Amino acid sequence: MKKIEAFIRHEAFEPIRTELLERGFPSLSILEAKGSGRQKGIVEQYRGSTLTVNVRPKLKVEIVVEDKDKSLVVETILKHARTGEVGDGKIFVLPVEEAIRIRTGEKGEEVLDPHTETETEIPA
Amino acid sequence: MKWRFLAAIPLALLFLAIVAPGAFADSTDLKLSIAGKLDPSVGINTIWVIVAGALVMFMQAGFAFLEIGFSRAKNAGTVVAKILTNFSIAAIGWWAVGFAFAFGGPLGSFIGHDGGFFFTHLGANSVTAGGLTTFHPSFPVMALSDATIESKWFFQFVFCAVSLAIVWGTTLERIKFGVYIIYAIVFSTVIYPIGAHWVFGGGFLQNGHWLGTSIAGMQDFAGSTAVHLIGASGALAALLLLGPRKGKYGPDGKPRAIPGHSMPLFGLGVLILWLGWFGFNPGSTLNALDGRFAEILFITNLSGAAGVLAALATAYLKTKAIDIGMAGNGAIAALVAITAPSGYVEVWAAPIIGAVAGVIVVLGVYAIDKLIDDPVGALSAHGLAGIWGTISCGIFTAPRLAQYNAFGDPQGGLVYSGHFTQLAAQTIGLTIAFLFVFSMSFGTFWIIKKTYGLRVSEAEEDAGLDISEHGMYGYPEQFIPQPEYPGGPPVHPAPSGAAATATTMAAHDPTRA
Repeated sequence: MKKIEAFIRHEAFEPIRTELLERGFPSLSILEAKGSGRQKGIVEQYRGSTLTVNVRPKLKVEIVVEDKDKSLVVETILKHARTGEVGDGKIFVLPVEEAIRIRTGEKGEEVLDPHTETETEIPA
Repeated sequence: MKWRFLAAIPLALLFLAIVAPGAFADSTDLKLSIAGKLDPSVGINTIWVIVAGALVMFMQAGFAFLEIGFSRAKNAGTVVAKILTNFSIAAIGWWAVGFAFAFGGPLGSFIGHDGGFFFTHLGANSVTAGGLTTFHPSFPVMALSDATIESKWFFQFVFCAVSLAIVWGTTLERIKFGVYIIYAIVFSTVIYPIGAHWVFGGGFLQNGHWLGTSIAGMQDFAGSTAVHLIGASGALAALLLLGPRKGKYGPDGKPRAIPGHSMPLFGLGVLILWLGWFGFNPGSTLNALDGRFAEILFITNLSGAAGVLAALATAYLKTKAIDIGMAGNGAIAALVAITAPSGYVEVWAAPIIGAVAGVIVVLGVYAIDKLIDDPVGALSAHGLAGIWGTISCGIFTAPRLAQYNAFGDPQGGLVYSGHFTQLAAQTIGLTIAFLFVFSMSFGTFWIIKKTYGLRVSEAEEDAGLDISEHGMYGYPEQFIPQPEYPGGPPVHPAPSGAAATATTMAAHDPTRA
């Protein structure tokens, strides 16, 4: 199992999400992240003084998949997150030791499978 | 470079040389007052006109909060700068030529020209002929009120500023700031003054029987067409050239909600506007002593109330949700609709006019949203409701009030007269006003688009107008991480419990010092 962590622009998320869903990867998490890289910070002007904010807002997408699916997910992210400009972000791939579904206690790769049977709708 | 602004000094002197000789206007009222001969009614009526005008001025705050609430947090600050800039440009434009074009005589003209440019050449203070005294006869449509000319200027100026504020409702979150400045100049000196002159400044539509036709005078007591439809027509022109906000329409072409960031601020905006309407309509009497203003306020309020309830019911039937935004839109639409008939109809008609407006605005927002991106519903609340309000005069105008105001068919609207004279005048009038304002605005925005550009870049739209146009955030703490905020709390809060943390934060927060 691999964990894919991608730091992306906000606007790249929706097409990535849509395609992953179509390809059968509904499970992912996103975190609002702030970070810095080669991209320059934002200079705020306030009543004649300036304030440089060095970290910019990004989205961090976290997806855990079976080893065989890793490259498919990475390619999907690359396809939609790349604009060619500085600030497109980075992808990290990490090994995952174990996965456990809390509701049933199941362990191993089957935890990553999306449900095939019809799910009952969960109230909001 | 630094001293380039000095070039403005000779220009300013030239300007003063042109304006100054007549700038110290007729002080007949002051002379009469010193001689102890000023009629107290001048003072009483002037107080009412100024108080009503100040209420209308406060509507700028209403528009600001309404638009801020319906914008995303990254576009909140820009609205403040826009409202202040537009109000100020309109003040100068209205002083220079706007008032003279809009309210100058003669009656029935295409454009007012009897005086009032730069508030000079105001003409006689009052004229008595045949036992009837008219006040400021150079501005004949307001000649029945003895309130001072300064108060009449101010009251009509704040109307122009309201109309201008309405234009921008459709353009939020993507328009270049410079567009506000350019269009505000054109709007406050040409578009609004001419349109308003035709409809309620004594121009040909209001006076009736123009160009040899037998069309009755158009009735628009406080500006359903003259203020609200004119503003919404400009808003439509801007929106058609500007296009939707990024992401408003999905790949399938279906509209998606872009929720505004603050319903409480939106609600505050609606209530401030509602309060402002108590100056807007009742103040249009320009007169406290005829006692009509209380009835008009009562009518205005009834209509607003009916609008809220009708809009809530309509939205609930369509979506099964008690929609906060639609409650507010319903109030605004009903108040817009009652603006034209408020001085022409009996009390019983007010809830009907308001309720119909409440239904129209909800259905209008749903329909318009499928095609074009109007973030606050200005096209429905000011445009469609303005059209309905103007038409409703043709249906509900009472003969006694038509005769008192002396415009339109003295037999009243359809339900009293049984014929379509007034309804036809209303329909023709609002169509002409719409076509004029829309084409003038479309032309102006088209030229701006081809030269300066209407829209910020996609990257600027993503970042938000606050940081891209103004170099600062409306809500900095939401966008600047605490560790980078000067004087912010330490990255690792003190470990001794919540109370200690709060004290630490207070000590580091300059606003709580």
